[in-house]
Amino acid sequence: MPIIEIKNLSFSYEKQTILENINLEVQEKDFLAIIGPNGGGKSTLLKLILGINSVKNGTVLTFGEAPKKNLAKIGYVPQNTNVNTDFPIKVIEVVLMGHIGTKRPLFGYANEEKMCALGALAQVGMEKFAHEKIGSLSGGQRQRVMIARALCAHPQILILDEPTASIDVEGQKQIYELLERLNSHITIIVVSHDISVIMQYANTVVHINKTLSSHDISNLKSEKNDHFCEVELFKKFKEKK
Amino acid sequence: MLEALSYDFIQNALLAGILVSIASGIIGSLIVVNRMVFLAGGIAHTAYGGIGIAVYFGLPIFLGASVFAVLSALIIASITLKHRERMDTFIGLMWAVGMAIGVVLIDLTPGYQADFMSYLFGSILAVSQADLWFMGGLLGLIVFIMTFWYRDILAVSYDSEYANLRGINVPFFYTLILLLSALTVVVAIKVVGLILVIALLTIPVYIAEKLSHSLFSMMLLSGLFSSLFTLLGLWFSYEYDVASGASIILVSAGSLFVFLGFSKLKH
Repeated sequence: MPIIEIKNLSFSYEKQTILENINLEVQEKDFLAIIGPNGGGKSTLLKLILGINSVKNGTVLTFGEAPKKNLAKIGYVPQNTNVNTDFPIKVIEVVLMGHIGTKRPLFGYANEEKMCALGALAQVGMEKFAHEKIGSLSGGQRQRVMIARALCAHPQILILDEPTASIDVEGQKQIYELLERLNSHITIIVVSHDISVIMQYANTVVHINKTLSSHDISNLKSEKNDHFCEVELFKKFKEKK
Repeated sequence: MLEALSYDFIQNALLAGILVSIASGIIGSLIVVNRMVFLAGGIAHTAYGGIGIAVYFGLPIFLGASVFAVLSALIIASITLKHRERMDTFIGLMWAVGMAIGVVLIDLTPGYQADFMSYLFGSILAVSQADLWFMGGLLGLIVFIMTFWYRDILAVSYDSEYANLRGINVPFFYTLILLLSALTVVVAIKVVGLILVIALLTIPVYIAEKLSHSLFSMMLLSGLFSSLFTLLGLWFSYEYDVASGASIILVSAGSLFVFLGFSKLKH
């Protein structure tokens, strides 16, 4: 059974059609990359999967149920983690926010929750920074903290919206390597612009610009082991259409 | 100076100053990190309408101002949750209308013109026993809420979209922050007046923010700085026989400049 199942999904915002007749299935331990132009509807699709926007036409099921029922099983790393960096908050407090709050004590955080948050920070290699102010970190470090926050609730799916935008090359590489490691037990969905980078890690790529076209890139990968050109990829998408 | 401490009204003023300073330190921190400063200003001026209504109908002033401020906070919350992009227009509107209602009703009240200035600039030396109970009760309520719902309020303030995904009722906590802000603004009006209330809610908070690694320490430090500035301001006002509200604000602003100067030197 696919863990995410999207059928005949259309979505419009104030008369403007953003998504049209989207069909998509995500299997367990997939590493799905979603690419496409700005304003093409990538973030909207994520918001529908996360239940932030409600589905009006078509169906979106996560784990066979409505998205709102399975929030705890999905970790989310939002776009733009560089906003609000003046906010006086420690790294560990940001990560603790990831808990859904079922084991919460009367006040503060349970020890179990704290251990879990430190564990999540260790997973992304940021445990040393637990008590630093979030604003003092670099963009790449902050992004890893946001991934730790998403991992805190032990999700089965991790969804990231442009995780490497405005991060230096070294930081990007670290993040993708981290995602590759996590992919051994978690399904990963990444929205990204970095087509050539994502190709090394993803096993499925879909292109969204109002409508969706998908392509299994495994043969493509074996054809060319290293870098290949974006134009080539878009050609493949066109052929499919 | 010491003999002054034996007067009841001075004791009341000091106690009121500390209670309100701690409350405004906690709530001011929330207002600043949630970028609601203009909004708090709007509530303060709208509250003047409540003062006018209370004066006109002979009701307790605090009660009138509180009810009006709470209502305006609820209206602002419901508008901003739906139309965030038009927020400033609505706040500006309520700001002016509230003020106008207050001015007209106080004009219409026979023989009641004297205290007009005291609401604009505060009247901490005229704090009554009942006022103190109100301030203490509000501080108790704020501390209670912050103790049990700190993590939710922190999550909503830092990243409301994510808080929503974690099952936190964001509109509820957003409205709660606004309601507490409204009530804090009302008691702060007593101390520094509605024109200066924004300074009390932001200057100590600004200094505390620069020195804090967490929202909790920011609240603690803000309360501390605010108390210090209020007490110094009161002393200044007593010693030189000048308006207390304005003295408190000038002491705060002076401290801010000293602080900024020192932090410049350090870099």
